[in-house]
Amino acid sequence: MSETPIAKPHVLVIGAGHAGGALVGQLRQFGFAGRITLVGDEPHTPYHRPPLSKAWLKGETTTEKLALKPGSFYEEQHIGLRLGERVQAIEPDAHRVRFDDGTTLDYDWLVLATGARARQLPIPGVGHSNVLSLRNLADAERLRNALKVDRKVVIIGGGYIGLECAATARALGAEVTVVEHAPRLLARVASASIATFLQSEHEAQGVQFRLNTGIDAIEGEHAATAVRLSDGTRLPCDLVILGVGAEPAAELALAAGLACDDGVTVDADCRSSHPDIFAIGDMAKRPIPIYGRPIRLESVPGAGEQARRVAAVLCGREPSAPEVPWFWSDQYDLKLQIVGLIDTDATSVVRGDPASRSFAVFHVKDTRVVCVEAINSPPAFMAGKKLAASGKPVTPSELADSSADLKTIAA
Amino acid sequence: MARITFIESNGTTHTADINDGTSLMEGATGHNVPGIDADCGGAMTCGTCLVHIDPAWVERTGTRCEHEQQMLEFAGRDGDNARLSCQIIVDATLDGLVVRLPEAQI
Ligand SMILES: Cc1cc2nc3c(=O)[nH]c(=O)nc-3n(C[C@H](O)[C@H](O)[C@H](O)COP(=O)(O)OP(=O)(O)OC[C@H]3O[C@@H](n4cnc5c(N)ncnc54)[C@H](O)[C@@H]3O)c2cc1C
Repeated sequence: MSETPIAKPHVLVIGAGHAGGALVGQLRQFGFAGRITLVGDEPHTPYHRPPLSKAWLKGETTTEKLALKPGSFYEEQHIGLRLGERVQAIEPDAHRVRFDDGTTLDYDWLVLATGARARQLPIPGVGHSNVLSLRNLADAERLRNALKVDRKVVIIGGGYIGLECAATARALGAEVTVVEHAPRLLARVASASIATFLQSEHEAQGVQFRLNTGIDAIEGEHAATAVRLSDGTRLPCDLVILGVGAEPAAELALAAGLACDDGVTVDADCRSSHPDIFAIGDMAKRPIPIYGRPIRLESVPGAGEQARRVAAVLCGREPSAPEVPWFWSDQYDLKLQIVGLIDTDATSVVRGDPASRSFAVFHVKDTRVVCVEAINSPPAFMAGKKLAASGKPVTPSELADSSADLKTIAA
Repeated sequence: MARITFIESNGTTHTADINDGTSLMEGATGHNVPGIDADCGGAMTCGTCLVHIDPAWVERTGTRCEHEQQMLEFAGRDGDNARLSCQIIVDATLDGLVVRLPEAQI
């Protein structure tokens, strides 16, 4: 894009995160010639968040490497950036947003991409300076400064972010205890077999677990000195990491009267209840055809897919076929790749030997693969992605038989 | 630095000057070359940065590691000198490289 864009139509994107960042580039790729403005309250151009709990936190990659696009990109592509600015209100009828400082900006199409924020816990002591959440680079910088050899770290929450932080904290030499109120790890997002496998891997690395356990309070005058558990135990600590999930940042949409229900309710084209306002990324709840119900996903691939969808709609292009949701997580030398969502009605079969640390759990419902969780097994993930999308009939026994050729099964 | 040509499946051509030490994927996304989604940002997880290397350049772009090989093979997309562009690191020896973009990513 070298010609200066025309002033209209004006696409205004609120939230310079993964979804917003992907959208502005995609619009230009599709030849959008109007004006584009990307507003974000963080001081950074859009960046990759996954490394914040993994390679970046471990010090294996630099902050520059996190950027989605080089700094020169936005000028070259004629994308107006307003970083470090916060939108305070949307006025849908006037097609206008209002910033914190009272100034306003008009739009023709508005795309909300404000993401999610780390959930807080309503317990005494969560406000202490050494009780940290992890959602953005500023959080990650605080965490990296606090994570040191021999520090006693209590992680509240045994979900992906909690477990990735546990793995990184161990790699940095900290002592780690993970407290989870459910009876097992990853209760909502992974099968029991995967959760059990990951727990034993973490235990072998020296992580302690307290499952089925709530938190009564975080003790300490100004800083946390111990976490008091629901069973009365006190865990002394130098640092507490809160990894108890995220909530959609949907207040702007709610206040503007858009339909919301755990995120902004959108249709398959990511359009909200107002025809000129779209919502994408972690904040949007959209219908996913293969599941036949609206789902709010928190994943990079989900953000990318929705960005491509809205770009196609705004450019009057045929959108590509809906994708099967997928996700990944890295812990120690384990790469977990998941395609599809866990379905408790499905039959699960293990392919390969967990003791080899390379295996997969296939979830099959009515002869169709609905989900695959692969540990250090890219073939199972790729074949699963293909099978989940094609719906090709399979039998649990052929999937469980490691000598049956996966390529043939998926072909 | 290397000047690299990306040819879309519809024939549209893009050239980009890519710095040494960056991956072909980073170079392409940094220049907004269409058709490279690179969802995972180079973690060799997604398979959405697939390109086909021009036959004349296959030797100079190196070979697939086992992980990359498996990803491409099991997606049924290992033909036509396919590579994951996040796994090709650019240097001056790749000046003039030509790659073709698939119609759709994995
Ligand atoms: C530590 C961590 C690890 C992760 N690991 C993985 C992983 O391995 N794999 C995976 O698939 N996903 C992972 N995710 C999830 C993934 O990063 C998110 O799904 C993705 O970033 C969602 O993109 P988004 O644009 O919706 O939200 P975000 O990327 O969060 O961006 C939203 C942006 O909007 C800004 N904003 C909010 N309100 C306003 C306002 N009123 N005005 C202006 N700006 C505003 C926010 O500050 C933020 O910058 C991880 C997330 C975290 C935090």
